[in-house]
Amino acid sequence: MTRKQRRLALISAGVAVLGLAAGLVLSALKDSIVFFNSPTDLTEKHVAPGTRVRLGGLVVPGSIVKGKDLNVRFEVTDGNKAVAVSYQGILPDLFREGQGVVSEGVVDPSGAFKADTVLAKHDERYMPKEVADALKKQGHWVDEYSAKTGSATGNKP
Amino acid sequence: MIPELGHFALVLALALALVQSIVPLYGARRRDAVLMGVADTTALAQFALVAVSFAALVSCYVMSDFSVATVFENSHSQMPLIYKFTSVWGNHEGSMLLWVLILSVFGGLVAAFGRNIPATLKATVLSVQAWVAAAFFIFILATSNPFLRLPNAPFEGRDLNPILQDFGLAVHPPMLYLGYVGFSITFSFAVAALIEGRIDAAWARWVRPWTLIAWICLTLGIAMGSFWAYYTLGWGGWWYWDPVENASFMPWLAGTALLHSALVMEKRDALKVWTILLAILTFSLSLIGTFLVRSGVLTSVHAFATDPMRGIFILAILVLFIGGSLSLFAWRAPLLKQGGLFAPISREGALVLNNLFLTVACATVFVGTLYPLALEALTGAKISVGAPYFDWTFGPLFCLLLLAVPFGPLLAWKRGDLKGVTQRLAAAMVIALIGITVVCVVEGKPVLAAFGVGVAAFVIVGALTDIVERTGLWRAPFPIAVRRAAGLPRSAWGAAFAHIGLGVTLLGVVGETQWGSEQIVSLRQGDKVSLRHYDFTFDGTSMRNGPNYKELAVKFTVRRNGEPIGVMEPSKRSFPARESGTTEAALMTRGFSQIYVSLGDTTADGAVAVRIYHKPLVLLIWLGAVVMAIGGALSLSDRRLRVGAPKPARARAALQPAE
Repeated sequence: MTRKQRRLALISAGVAVLGLAAGLVLSALKDSIVFFNSPTDLTEKHVAPGTRVRLGGLVVPGSIVKGKDLNVRFEVTDGNKAVAVSYQGILPDLFREGQGVVSEGVVDPSGAFKADTVLAKHDERYMPKEVADALKKQGHWVDEYSAKTGSATGNKP
Repeated sequence: MIPELGHFALVLALALALVQSIVPLYGARRRDAVLMGVADTTALAQFALVAVSFAALVSCYVMSDFSVATVFENSHSQMPLIYKFTSVWGNHEGSMLLWVLILSVFGGLVAAFGRNIPATLKATVLSVQAWVAAAFFIFILATSNPFLRLPNAPFEGRDLNPILQDFGLAVHPPMLYLGYVGFSITFSFAVAALIEGRIDAAWARWVRPWTLIAWICLTLGIAMGSFWAYYTLGWGGWWYWDPVENASFMPWLAGTALLHSALVMEKRDALKVWTILLAILTFSLSLIGTFLVRSGVLTSVHAFATDPMRGIFILAILVLFIGGSLSLFAWRAPLLKQGGLFAPISREGALVLNNLFLTVACATVFVGTLYPLALEALTGAKISVGAPYFDWTFGPLFCLLLLAVPFGPLLAWKRGDLKGVTQRLAAAMVIALIGITVVCVVEGKPVLAAFGVGVAAFVIVGALTDIVERTGLWRAPFPIAVRRAAGLPRSAWGAAFAHIGLGVTLLGVVGETQWGSEQIVSLRQGDKVSLRHYDFTFDGTSMRNGPNYKELAVKFTVRRNGEPIGVMEPSKRSFPARESGTTEAALMTRGFSQIYVSLGDTTADGAVAVRIYHKPLVLLIWLGAVVMAIGGALSLSDRRLRVGAPKPARARAALQPAE
């Protein structure tokens, strides 16, 4: 093999692997992206039933209803609209009323949200970023929350 | 007084770093031995000062000095001593101090043990190292000073985040940082080579030990983090493709590629420009990892605080170093002379393929990790890229790589014989096929599981084939084979171990994902539940008090075929200081498999939600990583690569007068 042919072999191998990777990335991105929605987005945008979405907001105090077989229902709000969420399974340690929560699942035809994953924070002092942004958008970002995050950053006057 | 001392030591270290970033570099250009020698002194002194600073912070935590803001935020007087110690790096400020401590340790090591490195190169390397150090000292002093005092010292601290109160966290961050920061040395060497405009096989030999140390620590750090997540978070997952996990995984992939390409450079004087680029990219990915984790752009257990100033500051460091080094690369790399030629089918060719797959796989992880951030910045749409994306992009690419792994070490340098190698791998292929058949036909598992087992078997047996071939185990008499095995270079053993480790991890992954089973049930006292061959009986609950928490424990008796095999006691802890809790899973090890029981909420009528998992071969996932690290350590102990190894003894023997 001449030097040129060797280089050609090397480059074509590179292009082949990159092409394969690009194909995989594009097809995977098309299928496995999940959009984040606030309760307002979800009620106003009419997300098609069966689409996977993330829903984030605060758990409405008093809305948690625990049923049989680990079924649980609760409502999530951004201060403007509230969406009912149903979930079967174990809720995270830091799942509480009035706290920020992100759940992932699908909207069923009746308009209720069926979650298969519920994520709370790892740390009780911080609000999930998406939830904080959604609250700010609705103008319900109360100083109490920022006071909490403020103290968490350790910034002292 | 102690915090001020620590603060002062840090400021002095910054001053020394500034001296070190300019004087030795200037000395190297002027070939002035005195000016170059400054680097050794400043690097060692810098290490001493940062060590003093770190010790000062540790003592603040151990003595529970709540007048210091970070101690107040993250410690509690009732916490066990070990966690007082580990909470030093259980927060942003302290962990950044640990970062620079490790940076200065590596700088000090180069100064102390790099005696065989040419003086100009060493001086330049230490200068570049000091640029990085200076940037991070300024970052700490300006935005995240761990020694800030509170005007009125509170009486009690706020406690460390309970899930961080764990032994795994004592080990995971320092290990990971040793890996991340270890690659800074390789980066400094690469930038120094570009500045000098000269690079050769010897360069690769000086760099290799540092890369290996960093790689070993990163491997163990990632495995430790994964194991910690597995047993603490209570859902039994060991890898979630979470951005912070990816942040540590990307440097690992690039670093693994670097280890292999440096091998080609060392042996064959080829792939020089590529190796330099990889060295820059690996540390850049470590910096990006630090940025992702520390800036608060991601919500996770690692995002201790979300102060925008810090994010912008780290971003500036990132742009400066990555942009600067890549520009330097673009400018100076054409000066580097190209080296040895090789045929596509050869050891070099195989290593190029390895690099191709590793870097492309790394790129897919990079895209998946940063795409949501980029999209949010550009369009405001919030998305998440979950595990399916990574399974479908990283998975196939890595599988192809694994199929190629056994071929590499068997191919000859320069020009290899693919047919001959395939014949020698026949045994490995047969065993892999047997594995696939057994899984498919006997176990009746899906093709994916069978394929996974087949690939794992191929990788493991393929790595063993190399050793068997080299020692002539079946052909030569046994004692001769043993003697040959002892005489094999340690790096050959290292490669075999590392590849076996890879196969072992894969086997664990396949076992856990394809054979695992789980059950989530709500139980009351006396209830029974069974999973696979195991029966669990809910015996009762009890309340206990820990040093800084209360816990509710549930006792289960586990039976297999009616015979009791043990008791499992998962619990839920609540920490009053932070009004939060953790789930402590109970684990029972059976061979390499585990039974995992964790608790959910308690309902009003006394029932407890319980998760029970059977995780076959799960321990192999981390055992494989340990085997890989052992491989790295064996390779590191190879005489040829030992840090500061003297010239071969043979040369000296030839000069001795005849007696």
